[in-house]
Amino acid sequence: MDTTVITGEEENVWGGGNKPLGASYGKMMMWFFIVSDALTFSGFLAAYGFTRFKFLETWPIADEVFTHVPFFHGNYPMIYVALMTFILIMSSVTMVLAVDAGHKMQHNKVVWYMFLTIIGGAIFVGSQAWEWATFIKGDYGAIETKGGRILQFVDGKTGDRVALADFAKIIEDERSQHTSSEGVWFENEGTLPTYTVNEVLQGFQANQNLVVRTEFKDENGHKTILSREDSLMKLNKEAALVVEGANLIHNEYGSRLFADFFFFITGFHGFHVFSGVIINIIIFFNVILGTYEKRKNYEMVEKVGLYWHFVDLVWVFVFTFFYLV
Amino acid sequence: MADEHKLEIFRGLLKFKSNVSKIWGVLIFLSIVTAIEVVLGIYKPSVLIETSFLGMHVLNWIFIILTLIKAYYIAWDFMHLRDEKSSLRRTIVWTPIFLVSYLIFILLFEADYIHEVYSNGFVKWNF
Repeated sequence: MDTTVITGEEENVWGGGNKPLGASYGKMMMWFFIVSDALTFSGFLAAYGFTRFKFLETWPIADEVFTHVPFFHGNYPMIYVALMTFILIMSSVTMVLAVDAGHKMQHNKVVWYMFLTIIGGAIFVGSQAWEWATFIKGDYGAIETKGGRILQFVDGKTGDRVALADFAKIIEDERSQHTSSEGVWFENEGTLPTYTVNEVLQGFQANQNLVVRTEFKDENGHKTILSREDSLMKLNKEAALVVEGANLIHNEYGSRLFADFFFFITGFHGFHVFSGVIINIIIFFNVILGTYEKRKNYEMVEKVGLYWHFVDLVWVFVFTFFYLV
Repeated sequence: MADEHKLEIFRGLLKFKSNVSKIWGVLIFLSIVTAIEVVLGIYKPSVLIETSFLGMHVLNWIFIILTLIKAYYIAWDFMHLRDEKSSLRRTIVWTPIFLVSYLIFILLFEADYIHEVYSNGFVKWNF
């Protein structure tokens, strides 16, 4: 929208009504906001790269972390993220189509394309929430050592991962979760894991097939698997905690910084998608009410479109650096 | 934005009749690139992992280059930078490219150094 009053003094640079770089005020400010936001995201991703290079041979392998697809059982690395990427690109396309229809002043088309864009965005945010929930809940469970390293369990013969629930020995008369109803002086206690370290150790000793997999990767990028003797020795000497799932402090998939960056970067991106959906909804109602029809100008749709494409653009990078590389 | 659209991509190799068909064309291109990335990510051809270039697997370089290609088409055709004045385009594109390359260069060098200290220095962190 062009709110500047044109004074008639066209030659005067400072007289108003000028469009430097051929873009209106609002659009240029949207672009400058996008540039600064892009720098913020670059800062986060560069910090992620920094941490990853720092812990190069112990960084978790994304293919082994994000393997689930909703409503399907089994191991499908990457499939769901690829689908999410496609949904976001698709909603970017409907946004461009809305902008294009706006240029041609086709009111109904703008309404429909905006609607589809909002639906796509909502599906994406929902998928991200599901992805978080799966990540937090965890998969197999692991043991954390005194130094904060993660030891996972695999079948020595097949090399498949084994979940704690499959071998931990249930020992009665263990301590239970402390709650406020249990004691006079209640002190907070975080959720206890399903099994204690002792239960896992006993179960491990009883199952001759099991061995330990460490965080360290060999030259080919596979995690190192210890021999049965080494596994027993390492567990008995260093096991400190049972870890199920991931949060900001513990992470069963490996380096805890991986979880921290995952929550922070995808969270920040998800927040952008969420606010993008909200802004799209506002513009959507404005379009329905005919605000831009009266203004004879759909540039507002173009401006939110720029923001929406930017969100898509950032996801392309997050996808590469979190899931592919 | 100017009311006129530039309707060719790949430096004029592919010309479209209308802006709408160009949008669908770009979508198809982006989907193909994403599909290639996913297939490479799942199968991880061992040739590409075993050879490395400038301290990184060739596969990772391929991913990064494909990402930049995708970013280019999103910015140029979806955010229609292609139709803007070149002065605006340069302001928007070169500022982040310069700053981000600088940041990445510094951080990755530093990280590599710390990695060296961890593996060869006196710090014990695996216990």
